Amino acid sequence: MESPESSPSRNEPATVGSSRVELHPAASLPGKTPALAASPKLKIRKLCFFYGKYKALHDVDMDIHDRQVTAFIGPSGCGKSTLLRTLNRIYELYPGQRATGKVLLRGRNLLERADDVNLLRAKIGMVFQKPTPFPMSVQDNIKFGVRLYEHLAGPDLDARVHWALEKAGLWDEVKDKLRQDGTALSGGQQQRLCIARAVAVKPDIMLLDEPASALDPISTQKIEQLIGDLKKDYTIVIVTHNMQQAARVSDYTAFMYLGRLVEFGDTRRLFTAPAQHQTEEYITGRFG
Amino acid sequence: MTLREHTSHEFEAELTTVRRRILEMGRHVDEVLESSGEALRKHDSELGKRIILGDQQTNSMELEIDRLCLEILARRQAVAGDLRLLTSALKVVVDLERIGDLGVNIAERVVELGSESPLAFYEDLLRMMTTAREMLKEALAALENQDVGRASRVIDKDEVVDAYYTQIFNDVLNRMREDPDNIFRATRVQAISRYIERVGDHAVNVAERVIFIVTGNDIRHLSRMQRSDLS
Repeated sequence: MESPESSPSRNEPATVGSSRVELHPAASLPGKTPALAASPKLKIRKLCFFYGKYKALHDVDMDIHDRQVTAFIGPSGCGKSTLLRTLNRIYELYPGQRATGKVLLRGRNLLERADDVNLLRAKIGMVFQKPTPFPMSVQDNIKFGVRLYEHLAGPDLDARVHWALEKAGLWDEVKDKLRQDGTALSGGQQQRLCIARAVAVKPDIMLLDEPASALDPISTQKIEQLIGDLKKDYTIVIVTHNMQQAARVSDYTAFMYLGRLVEFGDTRRLFTAPAQHQTEEYITGRFG
Repeated sequence: MTLREHTSHEFEAELTTVRRRILEMGRHVDEVLESSGEALRKHDSELGKRIILGDQQTNSMELEIDRLCLEILARRQAVAGDLRLLTSALKVVVDLERIGDLGVNIAERVVELGSESPLAFYEDLLRMMTTAREMLKEALAALENQDVGRASRVIDKDEVVDAYYTQIFNDVLNRMREDPDNIFRATRVQAISRYIERVGDHAVNVAERVIFIVTGNDIRHLSRMQRSDLS
């Protein structure tokens, strides 16, 4: 209950004057970089993709920003994994698949076949949905990739193994198991071993295709934490079915539908006030 | 553009319940205002006392909507428009509860005025009340129909309520200058006009939340020109 002599209200009428609150720039959550600070690492232009005669991607234009996490979301069959697989030309392993348009890294179109595809995949590493450790020891899993691209040996190679496992947040858990088979690790550890293997060749960009969908919640949390740590040094692109994961880990989100990029932008904006009706309907669970 | 229903019917039903409960609470506090206006018009202290005793219902409605929103937020991964609705609901109920309190405050002053002969300018108070109630009803209708235009007009209408307040304030001063015997009644009238002016402010808050729910634009603290730039 109030007394008649109450304090002035927010929208003061003329008798008591008025004041206007200055606008403040949007506050950021810890670890979330303001969108404007980022610069493009990869430029995707007019990208189309074909499975034989079927056109799976339609004129995708997008910038992947340097040392930021970009998430691709959308319902099954929308083209998000296809887009990811195009970025390091892994589709070339399969006959009848082709891409047109441009994926520009430092001004060079990665889709041009003249480029060495192995070097490309060293620059743009990939981690898959199911952990894929090689049937060899933990340390040999790491060394395998490094030996393909660099002439490291002895202590230098061991140091790289240590460094990569540290980067992947796995060193403390496997430092006494370096000679054990990588496939004997837990699912979450195996996935981080695969991330360490990708990190070991010092890529520019890391592509993560549903990296936590086969993992338990704790392992998933570790992978998400790792993504946050890795983005300080790497540009990361992640495909995920888990929209909350996209909202948690990414700085930018691309929503794809029927092979088209429907909306791309700051993750905070996209998950609170998307610009496109289709995005709103998808992320709020009105279709999927 | 209207969104289709959730693939989860349960979630859809929960969101519908939140919207319905807010509208019910809005209608309830409007009834409190209507009764307060009636008590003022008829100098009806008994009705004023009944309004004061009835405040608990408004509080219960606020608690119920709060509980409902928290439960949904805990269980669902609400994003975008759904998230904006739920977070706004938590704020709108505070405005509605305050409007209910202001209705009770008016009733308290009516009870105090009960034994006094009325001052001449009650009519302005009642017109002011009618305008503030129209704002509230329009804000609720804007919420029900997701109507940004209607919500914007509520915000603009606050100037009318403020103008009434200024006029009544000046009248009150004059009455007190004219005759010190008017001071008791005049201060009550001034207080009532302040309460009604605040009802207008809370209706504006509700309208601003409607615009946020529908568009995602947070227009609080923006000037009219800044608002028109957004639309």
